[in-house]
Amino acid sequence: MMDVKRRYVIPGDIIATGPLRPEQNVYQDGDRMISTCVGISEIFENSVKVIPLTGGYMPKTNDLVIGKVIGTSPLSWEFDINSCFVGFLPAQDVFGRDYSPTKDELRQRLDIGDLVATRIANFDRSRDPLLTVQDRDLGKIESGELVEISPSKVPRLIGKRGSMIQTIEMATKAIITIGQNGWIVISCDDSEGLLKAVEAVKMIDALAHTPNLTERVKSMLGVPDGENNDTIND
Amino acid sequence: MTEDGIRCDGRRLDELRNISIKVGVLKNADGSAYIEFGKNKILAGVFGPRDVHPKHMANPDSGILRCRYHMSPFSVTERKNPAPSRREIEISKVIKEALQPAVILKDYPRTVIDVFIEVLQADGGSRCAALDAAAVALADAGIPMRDLVSACAAGKVADRIVLDVNNEEDQEGQADMPVALMPNIGKVTLLQLDGMLKPEEFKTCMQTALVGCKRVYEVQRKALMEKYFQNGEQ
Repeated sequence: MMDVKRRYVIPGDIIATGPLRPEQNVYQDGDRMISTCVGISEIFENSVKVIPLTGGYMPKTNDLVIGKVIGTSPLSWEFDINSCFVGFLPAQDVFGRDYSPTKDELRQRLDIGDLVATRIANFDRSRDPLLTVQDRDLGKIESGELVEISPSKVPRLIGKRGSMIQTIEMATKAIITIGQNGWIVISCDDSEGLLKAVEAVKMIDALAHTPNLTERVKSMLGVPDGENNDTIND
Repeated sequence: MTEDGIRCDGRRLDELRNISIKVGVLKNADGSAYIEFGKNKILAGVFGPRDVHPKHMANPDSGILRCRYHMSPFSVTERKNPAPSRREIEISKVIKEALQPAVILKDYPRTVIDVFIEVLQADGGSRCAALDAAAVALADAGIPMRDLVSACAAGKVADRIVLDVNNEEDQEGQADMPVALMPNIGKVTLLQLDGMLKPEEFKTCMQTALVGCKRVYEVQRKALMEKYFQNGEQ
């Protein structure tokens, strides 16, 4: 057990003891570092964290998320962002400073059921997440296929420095928009490429914790091995 | 019970009934588990964290936990009225209070975590079995927990302390004591006693129950490991 840095853990498992800093999904009890979820524990030089394998999405400021409009109020849209909290997009964010509820009709811009790529502008414990579409690549999504995966597996889909997602995009010529909340929109001119990309994303969702996943995805997509050799071994 | 300590169902004094747990059995729940604890058959489903309804129950500082223990009309020999009885309301409450110290609710303000427990077949010690299933279902839902909760009863039958009292022993016996434990932290979250024990008997009874809890924990752990890591090596 000396050199093991990664380990499968469930809630209550003692990952390490000693002067370490508890990070994501770890809590400290005396000098014991205890996991709070099912996942893979990682011990670094002076900190411990657990990568979760299950659980919902917890909003974080600056996350790109894909939201679905579920309602409107006179001054804002309400979004389902696949979380326990409802996202709010103020009308002024879309219409500009001179927005007036008497003059402008919210539903004409974004109607119920529309998918929108948004960024979380602000979120804390006391308030529901505030969304924004004021950025490049943000706004209403006109076309594409929505795939839902577990939010805890999004980092795996992206891969180290985006390696996994680049592999899929290059092999299928698809454009993939990843929301940190586990909602992913895939668009592709070629229907075969679209199907392949959807399949690859679903495969990563199902096999996220297994080793040599990049290789498996590559062989599934029919990419020759070796040229882009940045495999992740966890 | 025979002279040499063999019980009515053929078990030794310190022997548990057969336990098997399956994780993730309900598609629509965020987390779920099914336990067979001897002849007890119990389903547990966890929903949430999600919006609280009615809204006045919400706590702006932390999440809340709600629990419903229900016995199906066909779970016992004589049909049981499906309306919640006094006993079911009590068990819902004690299960909620036994889970609360383990669940880290601070991370989810203004939300609720609902735990639904349905007893499909009851045979004594169903509150312990229900608690075991609920703890596994919570872990499956990815809700942050300080530890799992393992529960097991001990009691006094024919003047001897026995582990894991079944229905027949409960009816004929002198005492029944359900205990729930957070095994890694070593804290007791549920302790009830129905019947009378001498101080020394109480001590042995407690020890017996704690040993039982730890054995139950091994089964819970195995079930979770099987669900999440079956096609990956440690």
